[in-house]
Amino acid sequence: MRKSLVLALLLSSSVFAQSTIPNSTARPASIAIRNATIVPVTSAPIPNGTIVLTAGKIAAIGANAVIPAGATVIDGTGLFVYPGMIDSGSNVGLVEMSSVAGTVDTAELGDFNPNAMAAVAVNPHSELVPVTRVNGVTHVVSTPEGGIISGQSALIHLTGWTPPEMIVKSPAAMHIQFPRLRSAPLGDQPSDEEAEKELRKTYTKDVDKLRDVLRDAQAYARAANARTQDRNVQRFDRDLILEALVPVVEGRTAVVMHANLARDIRAALAFADEFKLKVILAGAQDVARVVDEVKRRNIPVLLGPILSLPQREDDPYDLLFTNAKTLHDAGIPFAIQTTDAHNTRSLPYHAASAAAFGLPKEEALKAVTIYPASIWGVADRLGSLEVGKNATVIVTDGDPLEIRTNVRRVFINGDEIPMDSRHTLLYEKFSKRP
Amino acid sequence: MRKALLVLAFALPLFSQERVTLIRNATVLTITNGVIENGSVLLRGSKIAAVGRDISAPANARVIDATGKFVMPGIIDSHSHTAVEGSVNEVSLPNTGMVRIQDALTNDDISAYRQLAGGTTAALILHGSANAIGGQSQIVKWKWGRPVHEWIVTDAPRTIKFALGENPKSANFRPPEGVQRQYPATRMGVEEVIRKSFIDARDYMAAWDEYDAKKKRNEAAIQPRRDLLMDTMADILRGKIDIHAHAYRSDEMIMLLNLADELGFKVRELQHVLEGYKVGREIAQHGAGAGTFIDWWGYKAEAYDATPYNVALLLRDGVLTSVNSDSDELARHLNHDAAKAMKYGGISEEEALKLCTINPARQLRLDKRIGSIEVGKDADVVIWTGHPLSTYSRVETTFIEGEVVFDRTHDLQQREALRREKEQRLKKEADDAAAAKKDTPKEKKDA
Repeated sequence: MRKSLVLALLLSSSVFAQSTIPNSTARPASIAIRNATIVPVTSAPIPNGTIVLTAGKIAAIGANAVIPAGATVIDGTGLFVYPGMIDSGSNVGLVEMSSVAGTVDTAELGDFNPNAMAAVAVNPHSELVPVTRVNGVTHVVSTPEGGIISGQSALIHLTGWTPPEMIVKSPAAMHIQFPRLRSAPLGDQPSDEEAEKELRKTYTKDVDKLRDVLRDAQAYARAANARTQDRNVQRFDRDLILEALVPVVEGRTAVVMHANLARDIRAALAFADEFKLKVILAGAQDVARVVDEVKRRNIPVLLGPILSLPQREDDPYDLLFTNAKTLHDAGIPFAIQTTDAHNTRSLPYHAASAAAFGLPKEEALKAVTIYPASIWGVADRLGSLEVGKNATVIVTDGDPLEIRTNVRRVFINGDEIPMDSRHTLLYEKFSKRP
Repeated sequence: MRKALLVLAFALPLFSQERVTLIRNATVLTITNGVIENGSVLLRGSKIAAVGRDISAPANARVIDATGKFVMPGIIDSHSHTAVEGSVNEVSLPNTGMVRIQDALTNDDISAYRQLAGGTTAALILHGSANAIGGQSQIVKWKWGRPVHEWIVTDAPRTIKFALGENPKSANFRPPEGVQRQYPATRMGVEEVIRKSFIDARDYMAAWDEYDAKKKRNEAAIQPRRDLLMDTMADILRGKIDIHAHAYRSDEMIMLLNLADELGFKVRELQHVLEGYKVGREIAQHGAGAGTFIDWWGYKAEAYDATPYNVALLLRDGVLTSVNSDSDELARHLNHDAAKAMKYGGISEEEALKLCTINPARQLRLDKRIGSIEVGKDADVVIWTGHPLSTYSRVETTFIEGEVVFDRTHDLQQREALRREKEQRLKKEADDAAAAKKDTPKEKKDA
């Protein structure tokens, strides 16, 4: 009886979470897309241009790029070529059905999980993978959430047969949900002074705990270094939690501080100063109120979701739409994220909504291509169309930030990705209902 | 108090403006009569007075030069829970058809204003989906700054929420310890609740018919006991209340449509209808409409077979289809969902625009009043900076019944004043509190 139940559970989970869509077809020696408008992002668009993809890299690009003999040639007349888009905050790979706990791997138990790694839990065969990439979002930073230290994100590309085959960079960052006094400006209003005191106590305790764990990590790093240099230093047991934080306190791994309200952003940044953390600010709904503080520290910001609601009822209705322009005007580096999973594919429309409210269109495009590539330290490989960079390109019939534009082809590292997804296959199946 | 203040600050100056407006030199998306380049729309009183190329401005008209801009009718959201005070679910019983959402409406939900800023002017505010048969819903216009009774579209049809699948069977909800789970817990039970309710309603109607007949014949008769729930169910059977049924899976849609045929009621609109594409022909055959959000999927098991191509397949099968929000957030960019219908399944621009205008108006039986730019219809129109199906466009001005209910320029101008006013109010509150503390009489000692 129990056995059959277990079997049923196993079967059902595999039914739920296994995409039947192939990853890519066999790769020809070279692919050339010609007569297309090439939009490199980091330089001016090239009308009637050619781009050559060889051995997973961009081999040539330009109005007169030479097409190697034997290359597979794609006519791009009327089409556009862009780099694949990058979502700097997503749960793709970690969740299949949000309400079905067995398919959700986003949040570990407890407050401190720096050793939780998205890289080992990403499901390469999730249905969300094809759904996301066929709209031109080729890369996501798959991000754990929950608790105070949520764990380590991984920058992945959306193809591959095993999790390691998907990893571009892991850890991409350590994620800290900086403790909040209140979840919303007017939320969790304490009923009386006693409750207010209680809230403050919890908040202070959480910040103290976070401080303690980082101090412990500093001590652990010193002890580990001491023992590396001198084997006579007393041996000590390994602690995976502290070990995971060593690169953080040594400033080698970036910390994404998730904070939205002005006071929380200030507290998170002051805390980061205290430990000299390499910090990236994420969420940042109130960023317009703390522009100077962010600017002074010269840290990047992951804005988004843009298509979301301001927290205060007297916030300007367009607050989240205008934040990107505010950062752009202030010269603060930023990228746009969805924090979504199933609709990470809508990343370009979050960016466009910022452009509708004042961010130059070219900047909106950069906010989902070259800017995230720079923030994540992979601009040598991703984020723009340049010779030598990864052949991760999308072919569209228009501006990819416009919903009405269709993505026609997707290449990740030179591999052409099938344009099928669970959604197209269901469409095909039921289009044919007799 | 603070809320009331905001309402006033946003709205009062606008409502005192003149009531004849000519919008000219715009690209007018009429929805039902094509596109008019360099077109004009004349709003007189609460109605659209003229639409066309050469309309001269009446002497008293406010003239808006909309060169380079687009005008379309206000977006209609056929699935909203905005402006409901407290819970949208009267969860206590499997059938709560006697309760009405109109009794829980407030006019201080800032979401209404934000939706006007996204071009949405009217909505069906539904009861929640915790019960197989929920409460009665309400069609409103977002007349921000007006008393809530003016939001209610008084001549709109009565509507009621039904719900099928995971929500009414409490699949994703566990009551706190010690509290028993509520029936039903399966799709079988959901069917039974609906079936029994209608069978009871038939008995109730028969009892009243018998009583009325006897009374007419001057025979002795005992009046049956009034039952507000049964009155509701009876009015559904009489065709006086439209059913908007929350449904995800195709099997449960077929269940409800078959039950409707068997027991003699009609389903006006299937809501969410994520698997509608599997049974489009059955939905069309029954004559039900479909209101959906276009690309939400995978958030629960019954949403795993959702596909954004749903709309294209429903339209192919002849189902009257709309895009709606079920969300304060999505409600302010339903134009995006319309555009997505073009992307997924290649429907035309004209069809796409209908999805958030005339189609929901038809579903709500208000297409004589709203949903397109036609002479005689309500002057609910929106001026956009660019084509409303472009992600780069935003709303400039929104009118409901000829009155400006959102204007971006005005909004921007008001921000500083609002900030100052808030500051003053907060200061006054703090000062008052300090003064009150000082004035508090010392405890009487002679008692």
